[in-house]
Amino acid sequence: MSSINDPIKGACLTRRRFVQGVAMGGAFAGLGLGSSALAAVMQQQGPETLRGTDFNLTIGEQAVNFTGAPRIGTTVNGSLPAPILRWREGDTVTLRVTNLLRETSSIHWHGIILPSAMDGVPDIATGFKGIKPGETFTYRFPVTQSGTYWYHSHSGFQEQTGLYGSIIIDPREPEPFTYDRDYVVMLSDWTDEDPTNVYAKLKKLSHYYNFNERTHADLMKDIKEKGLAATWNDRKMWNQMRMSQRDLSDVTGYTYTFLTNGQTPAEGWTGLFRKGEKVRLRFINGSAMTFFDVRIPGLKMTVVAADGQTVEPVSVDEFRMGVAETYDVIVEPKDDTAYTIFAQDIARSGYARGTLTPDPSLTATIPEMDPVPNLGHDDMGMNMMNHTGHDMSGMDHSQHQMPDGKMMPGMQMAGDMDMSGMQMAADMDMGGMQMAPAPAAKPAMKPNPSDFTAGPVHHAPTEYGPHVDMRADAPQYRLDDPGVGLRNNGRRVLTYADLKNLRTTHDHRDPDREIELHLTGNMGRYMWSVNGVKHSDAEPLRWKLGERLRITFVNDTMMNHPMHLHGMWSDLETGDNNYLPRKHTVIVQPGSRISYRVTVDAEGGWAYHCHLLYHMLGMFRTVVVS
Amino acid sequence: MMKKILAALMAIGLSNPVFAGGADDPLVYQVMIDKLEIRGTDGSNPLVLEADAWVGYDLNKFWFKTEVERVDGETEEAEVQFLYSRAIAPFWDLQVGWRRDIKPNPKRDFLALGFKGLAPYLFEVDGGIFIGESGQIGARLDAEYEYMFTQKLILSPEVEMNLYSKDDEAVGIGSGLSDMELGLRLRYEIRREFAPYIGVNWTGKFGQTADFARDEGEDTSDVQIVAGIRAWF
Repeated sequence: MSSINDPIKGACLTRRRFVQGVAMGGAFAGLGLGSSALAAVMQQQGPETLRGTDFNLTIGEQAVNFTGAPRIGTTVNGSLPAPILRWREGDTVTLRVTNLLRETSSIHWHGIILPSAMDGVPDIATGFKGIKPGETFTYRFPVTQSGTYWYHSHSGFQEQTGLYGSIIIDPREPEPFTYDRDYVVMLSDWTDEDPTNVYAKLKKLSHYYNFNERTHADLMKDIKEKGLAATWNDRKMWNQMRMSQRDLSDVTGYTYTFLTNGQTPAEGWTGLFRKGEKVRLRFINGSAMTFFDVRIPGLKMTVVAADGQTVEPVSVDEFRMGVAETYDVIVEPKDDTAYTIFAQDIARSGYARGTLTPDPSLTATIPEMDPVPNLGHDDMGMNMMNHTGHDMSGMDHSQHQMPDGKMMPGMQMAGDMDMSGMQMAADMDMGGMQMAPAPAAKPAMKPNPSDFTAGPVHHAPTEYGPHVDMRADAPQYRLDDPGVGLRNNGRRVLTYADLKNLRTTHDHRDPDREIELHLTGNMGRYMWSVNGVKHSDAEPLRWKLGERLRITFVNDTMMNHPMHLHGMWSDLETGDNNYLPRKHTVIVQPGSRISYRVTVDAEGGWAYHCHLLYHMLGMFRTVVVS
Repeated sequence: MMKKILAALMAIGLSNPVFAGGADDPLVYQVMIDKLEIRGTDGSNPLVLEADAWVGYDLNKFWFKTEVERVDGETEEAEVQFLYSRAIAPFWDLQVGWRRDIKPNPKRDFLALGFKGLAPYLFEVDGGIFIGESGQIGARLDAEYEYMFTQKLILSPEVEMNLYSKDDEAVGIGSGLSDMELGLRLRYEIRREFAPYIGVNWTGKFGQTADFARDEGEDTSDVQIVAGIRAWF
């Protein structure tokens, strides 16, 4: 527990009283929010699940208490997080969303393929102006996919104050894996502060929430270990560039309480299992600003889906979740003991916690947080092979590319399950959707390696000026880099290079054209943009219906940005173009480049943005497909 | 005039379309009391205020800066600056406006041309050229560094110097390097916005300025123990 008794406000230590009272706060608290619903929320240790094809969702305000201080949260049907919506692939769902807030609201169905008009982004989704106070908007669309997704407000800072929930879509056909239990693990970040103030503070002092800067003690340690000259040289470039090697996260545990299914770390969400069962955990990063590094000490996790889409199973100890990403994992606890689901934030300023246990009275020890990492020169976009140790030379190949036939235990398990799931899936093969057979029996498709040639980088003239504080000189593809803080940590950490679609790539066409987008900003002024142009100054990106695009991101900043394209899949180039995993949100690591393909098959207006809430205002593009 | 510009800027800023979560560039203000301190000297202990305030957007702001020194309830020195500030480089703002030295008497007005920002190696720099009515040209450089002992205990060395092109005996200014101040302050940030500090401050007057001071019976250099607060909102 020592890791959480920081001077960091002690927020994590205060016991949470979830929803203190129906009428405590918000002018609308009494409207449509039955106390029975609240009781249900409390009993279930997490939001309730709504099933079917017809949903009535009411956005309102609610008194909540996560830190010992009562605050007003933004809720759906009185719940924070919002209720879990359980749909079925092939159904058409109708969702009547009533806004009882005093401001315009909206709900965006994150990762769901649907018509633009149903996408829920005010002024961008075709014909959608947001849901005005007191109004009801009816969303209706066919559900054409399955897996784990989520939904959230796309208005103001409502996502920060609680308007987010999970979506589970049950597939029509059996999945290529089996499990005995199924839990949603929604990770999020809560602040007692008004998000408007958080944003203003970042504008005034961009490192306001960073209490992990390097100090005197670090300097002395470095000098002792490396000598004065080496220490000076090591820090020289950072000092010259006026950058912090500890610029890992803009908003931290100083103000955030990290939640697991709406539960604080002090209380902890609990999932039950029986020894020997296979437990499916649907991890969703529903936070506003927080990257989480997730592990369950003592358990291997077999990743079976990323962003809702099935991937070739891969067994890992840990994975990083960018904001808005989802991962489905299967764990198989073999003992009658409890396990901690430990999700530390990327800045090591706090963590979300849950427990998997055979007995509600049993809990497991909570691991110490990892040391605060430093950004490396490659995070600066410099091509410094062998420098920080992650590059091509180091651990990556040995760690990730296992020789054939020498699979890890988790993979074996996945293989065992093929009989049930995969065979059937193969029988059902329809509509040109080629279900990939079991990994072992993969057809001898000629490998089609992704092109990771990092050509010379070109920066647009708009990237020069007071609004952009750095540009990557030599951004590299770093698919097999687990990212800052996870490199060489002794654990098997998932990287994007591990993600291979279980099916063959949906659209085999080579891209018709390539678009390069640079993620830009000025950390000190807290300005964010794409190609140096913020959203309000930018022309929409105009894409042609039917074309196949290759989009390459170059990250000209020192931060990770989770880039989310609405309405169309991002087929991430992870190594083999025959098996590109489909994602809706892609982390672009600092100083790196990454490419994905998009089949432009959805007409209308779409949002395309960094999913960090306080970045997305500027780091955003409207996409118009016609 | 400034009001008009401000109003126009606000109108421009606020007219940004509000997509998916509020304007990216809201009107923000900050008031910073950089130093409010008592300086321990042999005689009366002066009370010194150095503060500024700004309002504006990411790249365009209005700045107000002030420095006041009071001794025995009398304001001995008081300076205000009203500046329009425009970001011209990633780490630098150009600041243009009006400086008035209210005290000592008689008042002096200057056109101020300044730059403020963060130099390589993380030095905070505020410098400027001041053009006075009678052809007086002044220059000022202020540089500060923050050394973090811990996340909250911060040592900041600071140097400030003033130069003038001409003698101005009425206000005790001589040409050349007129005065210099070296400070070393150790603050503890109870929270980001509030930090008490202690420190030591050396002030020195040079050349003709020193002569004028001697004529007035003042010291030309002094080492002072200081204690004060730094606060902002």
